[in-house]
Amino acid sequence: MNPLATYAMRLGDDALVLSHRLGEWVTNAPQLEEDVALGNVALDLLGQARTLLSYAAEVEGAGRSEDDLAYLRDERDFCNVHLVELGNGDFAVSMARQLAFSTYQLALYERLQSSTDETLAAVAAKAVKEVDYHRDHATQWVLRLGDGTDESHRRMQAGLDRVWPLVDELLGTDDIEQSLVAEGVAVDASTLRPGWDEYVDGVLAEATLGRPEGLRTPPGGGRRGIHTEAMGYLLAEMQSLHRAHPGATW
Amino acid sequence: MREVAWAGAAAVLDPEVPVLTIEDLGVLRDVTVDERGGVVVTITPTYSGCPAMDAIRHDVEDAVRGAGFEHVEVRTVLSPAWSTDWMTESGREALAAFGIAPPPPARPAGGPVLVQLSVRCPQCGSARTREASRFGSTACKSMWLCEDCREPFDHFKAHR
Repeated sequence: MNPLATYAMRLGDDALVLSHRLGEWVTNAPQLEEDVALGNVALDLLGQARTLLSYAAEVEGAGRSEDDLAYLRDERDFCNVHLVELGNGDFAVSMARQLAFSTYQLALYERLQSSTDETLAAVAAKAVKEVDYHRDHATQWVLRLGDGTDESHRRMQAGLDRVWPLVDELLGTDDIEQSLVAEGVAVDASTLRPGWDEYVDGVLAEATLGRPEGLRTPPGGGRRGIHTEAMGYLLAEMQSLHRAHPGATW
Repeated sequence: MREVAWAGAAAVLDPEVPVLTIEDLGVLRDVTVDERGGVVVTITPTYSGCPAMDAIRHDVEDAVRGAGFEHVEVRTVLSPAWSTDWMTESGREALAAFGIAPPPPARPAGGPVLVQLSVRCPQCGSARTREASRFGSTACKSMWLCEDCREPFDHFKAHR
């Protein structure tokens, strides 16, 4: 596939899959306001995913639509990172994931606003304002739980430890991305690392949490369609309605 | 011709905040009419995932047809990205009257950034209010509480 279509699909798949995970919190979050907050964050990500997947389909030029990409691809054709498909687990795991992902995504979109690709630049300029709220939301929770009770601190640290090994893949790059970086289209995600570390380290210090050390980094592979066990279950739920009732609208 | 088509599109209400027209909101960006009477209406979403956009698109088509134009196309653009600075003064007043605290005033171009000290309660006017949640019933709103009249209210949050 065309590298630009692949790149748009990667960004779109990250947003789509995380949106689905956050949607699972609605009616299950620890507070009513949190159901609403996570529903809002999920909706922002879904909106970004729709534009990015529509664009991927357009660039690909094979006559597919955003819905075809979201609902009719199989696991091996999804190119999201493992971090976003991780099961929600404890609320603190989800908040650690939100901190990791939104810190990355905010830095990514800030830079992508000046992409030479007009559509990617427009998506980024729009989404950057939304993701600013997402990062703030995650930060507030990590601070509250980390610097809270012994129990909340323990669980926030455990959440961080669960998510931490998956960050290397998020901040990784490969040949497809690099070919677009050279044209000024894409952002080299590995160059976001210093800013990511600086922000997250600041939050962890204020939250009295320790930066996880010595954890084994799994091999990754999400960008190439190699996923964890969680992905198949996620797709089964996300795609079942569309596959059972093709073209359903309401 | 263009004024008639514009007026038709501009009267469409936001289905989620039905006291605001899409012109008040800053969602309506442009209307053009070609020599054969074909109309192109350009709109921009407030938030990427705004679920009202599909409804707005259909309502605009209906409204412009109702104004006497047969061929109507609605285009969605993302750039420049929507901002609450585009909300009209009458839109802000309509929001407050409806019980939703409007976003802070638009920043003057090149001027100093205004610091918003508090959000006034749309019920009693008190400035003693606090944010209950940065997210609300729609993407564009946050939830607030008034310390004086004790009523909760929505705030159309600044987005720029």
